[in-house]
Amino acid sequence: MIMLIARRELRSLFSSPLAWVILAVIQVILAWSFFTSIDMFFSIQKDLSTLPNAPGVTDLVISPLFEVASIVLLMVIPLLTMRLISEEKRNKTISLLFSAPVSISEIIIGKYVGLLLFLIILLFMIMLMPLSLLMGTELDLAKLFSGALGLFLILAAFSAAGLYLSTLTENPMIAAISTFGLLLLLWMLNISNTSPTNDSNTLAYLSLHSHFTYLLRGIINTRDIAYFLLFIAGFIILAIRQLETQRLQS
Amino acid sequence: MSSLISVTNLTRHYGDFCAVNNISFELAVGDILGFLGPNGAGKTSTMQMLSGNLAPTLGEISINGVDLLDQPKAAKASLGYLPENPPLYKDMTVSEYLTFCAHLHAVKKQQITSVCDSAIERCGLGDVGKRLIQNLSKGYQQRVGIAQAILHSPPVIILDEPTVGLDPIQILEIRQLIKTLGENHGIILCTHILPEVQAVCNRVQIINAGELVYRADIADMLNRQSTRYEITLSPDITLPTLTTHTVFTSIEKVNENRYIIDSDLNADKLIEYIVSQQWGLSTFNQHHTSLEQIFIELTLADTRVNDEHSLATNAETNKT
Repeated sequence: MIMLIARRELRSLFSSPLAWVILAVIQVILAWSFFTSIDMFFSIQKDLSTLPNAPGVTDLVISPLFEVASIVLLMVIPLLTMRLISEEKRNKTISLLFSAPVSISEIIIGKYVGLLLFLIILLFMIMLMPLSLLMGTELDLAKLFSGALGLFLILAAFSAAGLYLSTLTENPMIAAISTFGLLLLLWMLNISNTSPTNDSNTLAYLSLHSHFTYLLRGIINTRDIAYFLLFIAGFIILAIRQLETQRLQS
Repeated sequence: MSSLISVTNLTRHYGDFCAVNNISFELAVGDILGFLGPNGAGKTSTMQMLSGNLAPTLGEISINGVDLLDQPKAAKASLGYLPENPPLYKDMTVSEYLTFCAHLHAVKKQQITSVCDSAIERCGLGDVGKRLIQNLSKGYQQRVGIAQAILHSPPVIILDEPTVGLDPIQILEIRQLIKTLGENHGIILCTHILPEVQAVCNRVQIINAGELVYRADIADMLNRQSTRYEITLSPDITLPTLTTHTVFTSIEKVNENRYIIDSDLNADKLIEYIVSQQWGLSTFNQHHTSLEQIFIELTLADTRVNDEHSLATNAETNKT
């Protein structure tokens, strides 16, 4: 049942122009960023070779690429999640799912998995760029993997938050804007990290970005993975609870 | 199991507003139950509760012997539901949509094609199977909605205004389809079209202001009317003359020379009696209380009582 709902979700994404436009736009932006990083790498390559223990192409090209990707997707994910539940509520199609022998958890998880499948496609497209470097040079594949895992986890976390906010309203625009606001806030908590007090460190710990940077540096730490998984599980459970409560109150 | 749906003391509040107040009823195999009521009487709320879209405040619902609240999945497996707005994914084609619904209702893989084909044929969707639902007319969309509800041939089918937007021929076909389905399923038909209930259903119940105010078998309803007659007499006869005759259990004057009478005598005897009195009988008809009259009486009477009540309370508040 979960896969059935997920497949339908993915299908409906691709039957509207939205998914295609998003894939195209992201690809163009990231290709540009990738190209400028490579250009910069070539220009400083000579100086780098004199340094001992110099950063390689993975650090100077791929990590920035993933960093840019995460920022671009921070703005794009709300557009993908906004319609997940709110559109079903608005078009009253949710009653098809409610009256079918499917539980609310299955509906929510199905929707989420459908979106994750789309993100995997997106991630695959992004990965093609760094992988193309393999034709001319060697890459730190482990670091590449760690970065990709980090990118996937942070996108999955964005989506879970968006999914929850989409259950709260019938209006997709409101869902999109509030998701964007929440994600931006969680991102910016990191900025206070520069001040030395302990208080802000706690806040910084909550930031999505700080956990992402560890993974980008190639440090796979259970602490960061657990943070993302808890973040995702938390919002999914909230979404399920929310939909159940609405059945009671609506 | 003879009872497909059994509803006990169902109540639903929206804040302080009580939409459905303590209603109970049952639905057996072979029943086609017409569910009537004015706007805002609680019809749709009841249907939403029966289909698991809305949780009741109080009360129990069991579908095909399974409690809807304790085991929602098992109960919903024997349910087909067409809400007021057909729940259609407009970006899918008709056959894709129906295939999705079949999967959703856990139809066995081997049967999916045959099940979809038969639903498409029964609802007359053969020509539009490959078209996107968003490009179909309202009538066709409604038919897709009906197809979705009967697809997995569930024991219980709930149809909320199924014939809205259909052309007259299609209405007849759908009514015929509902009758055929009613032979071995239990159907609840929610509608505003009263003749439709008389044409299709074998039972009827009327809900007003959240309470069940009327329930009857259509056959009983028609039988009970058979003791009422409408007669036209010569204008010289006055009401007091008639009331002295004890053969009439009740007399009601419609206009100058027409009366509606109740009598324990059968039509033959009654005509003989009236003719023997030489009242100048010119017409003699069986009086039909249509469902419409019952409906209007019950729903209006209630508002009138409410109005008087509110007037009384207003007067009281004015005094104070």
